[in-house]
Amino acid sequence: MKKLINAVDDFVKESLEGMQVAHGDLVGVNYDPFVVYRADAPVQGKVGVISGGGSGHEPMHGGFVGTGMLDAACPGEVFTSPTPDQMEWATKKVDGGAGVLHIVKNYSGDVMNFEMAADLGRDAGVEVESVVVDDDVAVKDSLYTQGRRGVGGTVLMEKIAGAKAEEGADLASVAELARDVNANVRSMGLALTSCTVPAAGQPTFQLGDDEVEIGIGIHGEPGRERIKTESADQLTDRLTRPVIEDLKLNSGEQVLVFVNSMGGTPLAELYVVYRRVVQLLDEGGVVVARNLVGPYITSLEMQGASVTILRLDDEKTRLWDAPVHTPALRWGV
Amino acid sequence: MFSVAQAVAWVRRTADVIEQHAANLTRLDSAIGDGDHGTNMNRGYKAAVQRLDGLEGDQDFGGVFKAIGMALIGKVGGASGPLYGSLFLGMGKELGDATEVEDERLAAALRAGYDSVVARGKAQLEDKTMLDAWHPALEALDAALAEGKELGPALAEATAAAEEGMKATIPMIARKGRASYLGERSRGHQDPGATSTQLILKTLADVVNGH
Repeated sequence: MKKLINAVDDFVKESLEGMQVAHGDLVGVNYDPFVVYRADAPVQGKVGVISGGGSGHEPMHGGFVGTGMLDAACPGEVFTSPTPDQMEWATKKVDGGAGVLHIVKNYSGDVMNFEMAADLGRDAGVEVESVVVDDDVAVKDSLYTQGRRGVGGTVLMEKIAGAKAEEGADLASVAELARDVNANVRSMGLALTSCTVPAAGQPTFQLGDDEVEIGIGIHGEPGRERIKTESADQLTDRLTRPVIEDLKLNSGEQVLVFVNSMGGTPLAELYVVYRRVVQLLDEGGVVVARNLVGPYITSLEMQGASVTILRLDDEKTRLWDAPVHTPALRWGV
Repeated sequence: MFSVAQAVAWVRRTADVIEQHAANLTRLDSAIGDGDHGTNMNRGYKAAVQRLDGLEGDQDFGGVFKAIGMALIGKVGGASGPLYGSLFLGMGKELGDATEVEDERLAAALRAGYDSVVARGKAQLEDKTMLDAWHPALEALDAALAEGKELGPALAEATAAAEEGMKATIPMIARKGRASYLGERSRGHQDPGATSTQLILKTLADVVNGH
């Protein structure tokens, strides 16, 4: 294993230290327990928006803490859900009297830990609402499984719900909007290579030089099928068509397209993918009104990409365009 | 009879056993999960031992099991933290301020812990989870005690049943947790949570039997 790591056990802590040094004007970092919080927290009268998840997905979530997006992020160990004491600390830290929204990706560990944290927050007298993101069409949604995973849609929900909170909306309205984002966003990803969790020291799964894993999550967990590699356009079609179908997009509708790198795939390749996604949407008369292209929800150094499409309406477009100032996303300020 | 001292010894010994088996637990988790079960359990049990070291004075079951449960919830992360944490919190609630209990009370406490795990995880039997090792083990424990067996041999039978349950997860399709995303491809792999459960129960039997 070759990585820029001093000691496996210090990895998350030292990464947070670097973030604090680099972005101390935007965020503060608490080390026991680990929480990245907005430097001016709590903002009085504003709904606090927090999220969290395993480390290894940077810039998500810590990179999205700041004005117009998250008030705090709780980083777990690499690919491991954070623990309830982190979310409890964050909830109390960012509560400005208007309550706190928890944005939770639909993984069994994340959901359980956030449930426990929400109970602790309420016990401490903070109003807490939780919204679960489950936008991954690679997983069949069924009563008999964990259900779809939370992937790329999380980034878009955090931006849009964060903007709504920044406008001064109340907790119920911010939560309702977040659920509306979840109902209108779908994603699917693929891996060209595996990735190595530092504590494990070897790749999570083996993938041949000529193989592609279709329908991966964001934790290096294998996907639903493994195929021989194909052209970029063919692979993009495999990701995009199920997303378009699941969203039941109609001609004339407006969407935001988010093409994401799993960490190791360069921007140049993402643009090849993006161009093909737009072609496919054009064919159906769907209007790409906004986009985001880059590494925003990653799986360490994995090569691969995901395609996320969000159906827009006037409110979501306006909130997407609203000012944001975080380490990873910044516009309008 | 089962004492608080035995409970403490159980957890301390489990920490060593988990450390010895951490690489294997992680290997099993890499096949159908995200490859961190051994690392996380090792970190959590180390924290639980530290928490025990910090307890002062005479302790009852409630205090000891709560300390362990909170340590696991705070340090394991993932799904295993809340699940194993809930197990110990449930056991602690059941036994309260007792410091020594009859064999049947220990069995009832394990059952209460199991019910807490079910409530937290909402899994069903044959979903390919730790429940598939816990459930047959508790059934075997109750049956052996009902036959009038001593706690030691009864726990040995429970361990054997847990091992069978653990192996029975191999052909199952996962319907909970990250392995469920694999669908059919989760077949052929032993569930890591059922595996750590078998280790925890085996260690309890070993402590009681003086091995």
